Amino acid sequence: MPLSQEKKKEMFWMMLLSRRVDERAWVLHRQGKIAFHISGIGQEAAQVGAVYALKKGKDWLVPYYRDLAMMLALGMTPTEFMMSLMGKAAEPTSGARQMPSHFSLRRANIVSHSAPVATQSPHASGIAFGIKMDGSDAAVLTCIGEGATSQGEWYEAVNFAAVHTLPVVFLVENNQYAISEPQEMQMAVNSAADKACGLGLPGIQVDGTRVFEVYETVLGGIENARKGEGASVIEAKMYRLTPHSSDDDDRSYRTREEVETHKEQDPILLAKEQLIEEGLLTEEDYEKLEEKAKTVVDEAVKAANEAPYPKGNEAAYPVYAGEEVQHG
Amino acid sequence: MAEITLVEAIRQAMDEELARDENAFVIGEDVGVRGGVFRSTVGLFDKYGPERVVDSPLAELTIVGVGIGAALYGKHPICEIQFADFIFPAFNQIVSEAARMNYRSNGDWTVPMVIRAPYGGGIGGGLYHSQSVEAFFAHVPGLKVVIPSNPYDAKGLLKSAVRDPNPVMFFEPKKGYRLIKGEVPDDEEYTVPIGPAKVSREGRDLTVFSYGMMHHYALQAAETVAGEGIEAEVVDLRTLYPVDRETILKSVKKTSKALIVHEDNLTGGYGAEIAATIAEWGFMDLDAPVRRLAGPDVPGVPFSHPMQNWFMISPEKIADAIRDLAAF
Amino acid sequence: MPTKVIMPKLGESVVEGTVTAWMKNEGEKIEEYESLLEVNTDKVTTEVPSPAAGILLKILVPEGETVAAETVLAWIGEPGEALPEADETPEQDHEPHETPDAESITDEPVMVRPAGRDQDLGYISPVVARLAREKNVDLAKVPGRGMNGRITKQDVLAYLKDHKAEAEVPIWETPADGDLFRPTEMVFGKQKDAPQAPSTETVGPGETLPLSPMRKRIAEHMVQSKRTAPHVTTVMEADMSRVAAHRQAEKGRRQGLNLTYTAYFLSAIISGLKTVPLANSSWTDEGIRLHKQVNLGMAVALPDGGLIVPVIRNADELSLSGLARRVNDLAERARAGKLSPDDVQGGTFTLTNHGTKGSLFATPVINQPQSGILGAGMIQKRAVVIHDAIAIRPMVYLSYTFDHRILDGASADSFLAAVVQSLENWPDP
Repeated sequence: MPLSQEKKKEMFWMMLLSRRVDERAWVLHRQGKIAFHISGIGQEAAQVGAVYALKKGKDWLVPYYRDLAMMLALGMTPTEFMMSLMGKAAEPTSGARQMPSHFSLRRANIVSHSAPVATQSPHASGIAFGIKMDGSDAAVLTCIGEGATSQGEWYEAVNFAAVHTLPVVFLVENNQYAISEPQEMQMAVNSAADKACGLGLPGIQVDGTRVFEVYETVLGGIENARKGEGASVIEAKMYRLTPHSSDDDDRSYRTREEVETHKEQDPILLAKEQLIEEGLLTEEDYEKLEEKAKTVVDEAVKAANEAPYPKGNEAAYPVYAGEEVQHG
Repeated sequence: MAEITLVEAIRQAMDEELARDENAFVIGEDVGVRGGVFRSTVGLFDKYGPERVVDSPLAELTIVGVGIGAALYGKHPICEIQFADFIFPAFNQIVSEAARMNYRSNGDWTVPMVIRAPYGGGIGGGLYHSQSVEAFFAHVPGLKVVIPSNPYDAKGLLKSAVRDPNPVMFFEPKKGYRLIKGEVPDDEEYTVPIGPAKVSREGRDLTVFSYGMMHHYALQAAETVAGEGIEAEVVDLRTLYPVDRETILKSVKKTSKALIVHEDNLTGGYGAEIAATIAEWGFMDLDAPVRRLAGPDVPGVPFSHPMQNWFMISPEKIADAIRDLAAF
Repeated sequence: MPTKVIMPKLGESVVEGTVTAWMKNEGEKIEEYESLLEVNTDKVTTEVPSPAAGILLKILVPEGETVAAETVLAWIGEPGEALPEADETPEQDHEPHETPDAESITDEPVMVRPAGRDQDLGYISPVVARLAREKNVDLAKVPGRGMNGRITKQDVLAYLKDHKAEAEVPIWETPADGDLFRPTEMVFGKQKDAPQAPSTETVGPGETLPLSPMRKRIAEHMVQSKRTAPHVTTVMEADMSRVAAHRQAEKGRRQGLNLTYTAYFLSAIISGLKTVPLANSSWTDEGIRLHKQVNLGMAVALPDGGLIVPVIRNADELSLSGLARRVNDLAERARAGKLSPDDVQGGTFTLTNHGTKGSLFATPVINQPQSGILGAGMIQKRAVVIHDAIAIRPMVYLSYTFDHRILDGASADSFLAAVVQSLENWPDP
């Protein structure tokens, strides 16, 4: 199903909003107002393109920590994200128990994940297993960086999904670096998608800087899953434009020239150009979107600033479902 | 009332829970057609089919990781780890994921899952088919750790575990699978709650705290020394975490002497927690130092019979320890 | 080597005791555990059993003399056996012992020191130490049947079973907050700088009555209370007609229940405390502590002089007949000297029924650390004016002494008015 003009403009807006929210997080960190940020800058096309292939409220997302644009596109508000950066009580991923960007949003079928990489992959297979047991036509999308595909947990998850023909798409957001280690230190194949064939699944590569291409590719995987034709591995390749996290300095392992070169392939610029070419966007429209994004981000920061912190003793629960922790 | 074996009680519990709860399913290695290497799932495959009695890949991480995902989706997986010795590939999934899910999502996501694993030595299993692993898990808030010692409790506790909204580690004393027999109501639905310990023999002179196979032996030892005029109270802890401190301290108050028995090795073993509990809250009731009778601090249970016997705790060794403490 | 007989120190609170009677004379034979002397400590009299068999060689402390705990009272040994040198027998002159230093305290795991015995008791387990303290067991008397003769919990329990009466805990061992007879040095610390009373020598010839331990405790406590709290007494009168009628009716109805006026007064106090909770409080440096429980003390005069204040705990949870039963029970046991430590602890307010001997009103002294005490005078028929007519009514004066640090006149009168209100409006039987 081709994307409507409105859908395309909406996707561009989500990318732009995510970028501006993400950039503000860096600013807040450099101002000393937040303790930590891990960025998705440069991956907005892959993220927005992929989640627009999902049916909201029906399909499931098992994300990883760079998927800010996915979160925003599926309904996490900029204020909620800002609150999670600041460790405010009302942030919805964990009640400020987890570090920022360790996402979860129950109301949108987005499952909580942890920091050890690839631990979420078997959960995606398990959810898909449940969907299959129920005979439902829902599907699961799970994301991971290319470095984490070195983990046994990822292989086991993909293998189980392949064995049981499960409705899940394993999206690898290959941003070419795992902190400092480039792709060639992670794998001897050209693409994480190549790993799929050894496990009996289709492996597809897509240009991760092109939002509408990613959309088409992931939609294909999701529709196959929905039809009961099983899982697939999709690698969307792009470039991590920022350091790994606010604690990282990427000048120690890559040149500025390399980074600057890739900025020419910034997915926001590429999407903007395409929309202008297709006559869906003017410079004037774009300026309006920028202004709108700035207003949204300003308001989000303000609201998050004013939100209360959790009380220290809220840390005592919930250890068990439906119970409070027993002390001593 | 019918007298059945421990393993049959466990099988019945799963059979009844699968029948009661359409979301419950069994997953593990060889649990399907084969009916489990210990035959604890015999007949379930024929009755409930391959979708609810699932032969997993030979990968413990997969069993648990997929189980977690299915539980997040709303299923109630009963995961079987073939031997407790093989649980460590899944350790990360159990400790980092299952145990923390409810807490880290502020109660949004829960993992209603049981992980069953036969444990313990004395069966000629050598280093990797004899281990006791409870101490690793009884340290982890968010998990519940249960070890039954008889068919009645095994059936009632396993049914409670399946119904519990939290991840429950269910360790089964495999030496007792067919050795331990007991009466179980055959026409009456019952459960045994997770949490409370049980005074299984009243006594005056000292209390033996144990669980699983060692509790079975402790009862035998108590019977032996009763002929010598020593009245040993025997407490079956049943749930190791969260532990029933009230019953422990009540018994210590009564007898003023405590012997803790487990076959897991001594240092950092579960008995240390019981000893510390007694020292901290029952000190003024003590008439003798708290004693621990535990496996020796060697890296495993050896294969050859003389060495295995040297390692293993027996009813005779427990009786000797009781005599020793009673004489203090 | 002769064996010492010492003044027993049976609890942290006990600092001295008086030898009231020797049951053996010097040179007489005595068995181990046989009663040797009688000791009076504060208000309880106990017999001290002999620590050894032999001859009572020498009595060092005569009858009537008060000495510090652990003072050597006598020696027991073989006939003709020489006594230790004077310098080995500390306190020949019966001066109080010095406080044991910290080291000797840590050396002794048991609070109950075996009378007259110095032998090592062996390892004392926590539960044995606790039982000995709680049940007042002299561990030196308990035969040890554990490993290497260790005294086990079972040994103590067996001993207790055989020596039930002996093991009763004397009241003075665990004194209560506000217990009239609590040693003041415990409550207030040493009062070395207390001003000296003027000498009585200047008054002229007279007789000095020796102070009983109880007399001393009462004196110390009364002085201390007056020194601590600014006492103010306010008086109101109450018409007891309705109470008298109720009592008369109940007496006819409930045979066997001795329904005294005391129960009615206590009940009225409870009403007053509910109206003015501040009256159920204690002064502390941190602030005024409002008590959640209503524990009412009632002063009971003892047959041999002195008085004691047993406490009805959670009195506000009792019915009138419940109060009456507790009053009678406590009064009887107080007069028989059979109160337990619990019976005299934890009072939050006190009633003194001084009217029984004809007193109309009084200015009672507060039982520290409480904030007030209510005195009930004699109930007598008086002519009172009701609706501009003279009527004859059974009247009583109620004297309420309160701690002016906590209450002011207005709040105190509110309390007292509520008590009066409760008595005057007593429901029909």
